[in-house]
Amino acid sequence: MLGSGLIKGLKETARNFVGSYVSEERLPTIEYPEEPAVVKENSRQFPFLVYDGDEPEAGLRCVSCQICEKECPPKCIYIVKAKDKKPDFVGKQQVYPATFDIDLSVCMSCGICAEVCPFEAIFMDTEFDLANSNRFDGLLVTKEHLAKPNAHLQKIHPTLAAGIDQRRAEAVKKQEEKRLADEAKAKADAEKKAAEAKSASSAATPASTPAAGS
Amino acid sequence: MSQSTLTNPMLASADQFLVNLKHSLIDRLPEVLQMPASILLTIVPITVGFATLFALSTWAERKGLGRIQNRMGPNRVGLPFTKWKLFGLGQPIADGLKMLIKEDVVPRNADKVLHFLAPLLLLIPAFLAFSVIPYGDGIVPIDIDAGLLFFFAVGASTELLIFCAGWASRNKYALLGSMRAIAQMISYELPLIISTFSVIMAAGSLSLVSIVDAQTGSLLNWHVFTPWGLAGFILFFISSLAEANRSPFDIPEGESEIIAGHLIEYSGFKYALFFMAEYLGMFAMGGLAITLFLGGYHAPFPFLEGWLPGVFWFVLKLVTIICSFIWIRGTMPRLRMDQLMNFAWKFMLPMSLVVVVAAGIWRFAGGPLIGWPLCAALIFGAYFALSQGLYRARNWSRREYRFAE
Repeated sequence: MLGSGLIKGLKETARNFVGSYVSEERLPTIEYPEEPAVVKENSRQFPFLVYDGDEPEAGLRCVSCQICEKECPPKCIYIVKAKDKKPDFVGKQQVYPATFDIDLSVCMSCGICAEVCPFEAIFMDTEFDLANSNRFDGLLVTKEHLAKPNAHLQKIHPTLAAGIDQRRAEAVKKQEEKRLADEAKAKADAEKKAAEAKSASSAATPASTPAAGS
Repeated sequence: MSQSTLTNPMLASADQFLVNLKHSLIDRLPEVLQMPASILLTIVPITVGFATLFALSTWAERKGLGRIQNRMGPNRVGLPFTKWKLFGLGQPIADGLKMLIKEDVVPRNADKVLHFLAPLLLLIPAFLAFSVIPYGDGIVPIDIDAGLLFFFAVGASTELLIFCAGWASRNKYALLGSMRAIAQMISYELPLIISTFSVIMAAGSLSLVSIVDAQTGSLLNWHVFTPWGLAGFILFFISSLAEANRSPFDIPEGESEIIAGHLIEYSGFKYALFFMAEYLGMFAMGGLAITLFLGGYHAPFPFLEGWLPGVFWFVLKLVTIICSFIWIRGTMPRLRMDQLMNFAWKFMLPMSLVVVVAAGIWRFAGGPLIGWPLCAALIFGAYFALSQGLYRARNWSRREYRFAE
């Protein structure tokens, strides 16, 4: 019948109109500056460096292996190795970056740096509103501004951070066990050595051995 | 409703509030100034009122279309210099300011005089059309015997000015667009006018005031609640959509084909004037539809009559019609030129003639008991036959590609 399609269409638009006032599904708009934008866990914008603990300098996970610098397709990462070393999370002495700069205007947000990092030190941030009032300011992001606590990573990438934290805790535990085992072994060795020395000295004076046994 | 039927004097004063206000204002003036003041007090409220309604309806249209498309619509511009957003009600002010300060580009080869005059002259018929519509009891700018004829005569002259704009722009799209506009408007003028014949027959007059008076009383006396009135109203409504260049008949400015039609070379405030004339035409058509079919300024029920000025009911009905225009715009896609013409000449015109016949039968049927089934059967039969016949006559077949396959 002529006109039945029109009625159908009018019904649909009326449903949309009324629905936009009652149902979230029919009005998915987020009024962005007033309401926070919902950021997906897997989104990636710009890299940041993770540090453990409270001290950005001391806890920085980066060991300046420079893999990210080499892998970066647009070559936006610039790293200078420090001359000295600092202990990492398991207490091993590691080199740290004296300079770690990323050029915001060159970075293409590919996330390859985070992909290749063997030390789980660099990750992609989800912060997207990086606008600046001056077009020359804040384009070179230095180490101080790149360093963000592990809590930030746990917040923005919870599943990723959970796995990493677990792995690192296991590594620390293993290291501790190894250290304890080493200590125990060293102690046992020392005792054994002492005992051997003792037995050697007792062999020289056999009369004292029964006294020791009793 | 004439004043004598209102027994309660207080009610009569509420109904006649605006008329009394105007008279008391004029009486204070010296006699020489009374005539010009009276004219001014008639023209200014209509001009200002409908211009305000235009501003508000652009906002309402954008809001409504937004909601239909699951968006918010404009909601940023509120009261200037404050944080109040007021659901974006400041948007018309911002739009108007933007239009005012935009550069006014006139093509080098354009007919500069006509190009300048077209939008200005277009406003004259757009506003003149409001001069014969009764807005309330005793509130009609000019009560002429042939008000309806005057309305259509004035409405038809907008076509000339639209062609004027298209011709003066010296642009192929503008010319094509204006030719389309004229073809559409002339085609739809026929069903538009013929669909009002039934009302003229029922009221026995071309005067819009007496047509409204013929619908005095309750809802049931409105012309829309008769079979010919309902069909006539629907036909009139569809034709007025086409006359006002509203979607789905907005092909004169179809972006995908002719960019913006006759508006292509207009920018800034001239464009705003075209836009305004289009909306004013829409309001005038809505006002005429109310006057002819929806009981004019009368309240839907007798017990509501007199509590509020008739203008209130008129504006309420007009806003409802504007909302339905917006609703239709949010629903229908734009028609193709041939579909538009087919619809006008093969469906609208025969249907409006059938409605005229039905109104004649209603007149001589002697009471709604016989008239209703008879007229309804005639109209529905014609509708069914026409729609079925047109559907068959389309003769659609599978398209055969000679080279692509």
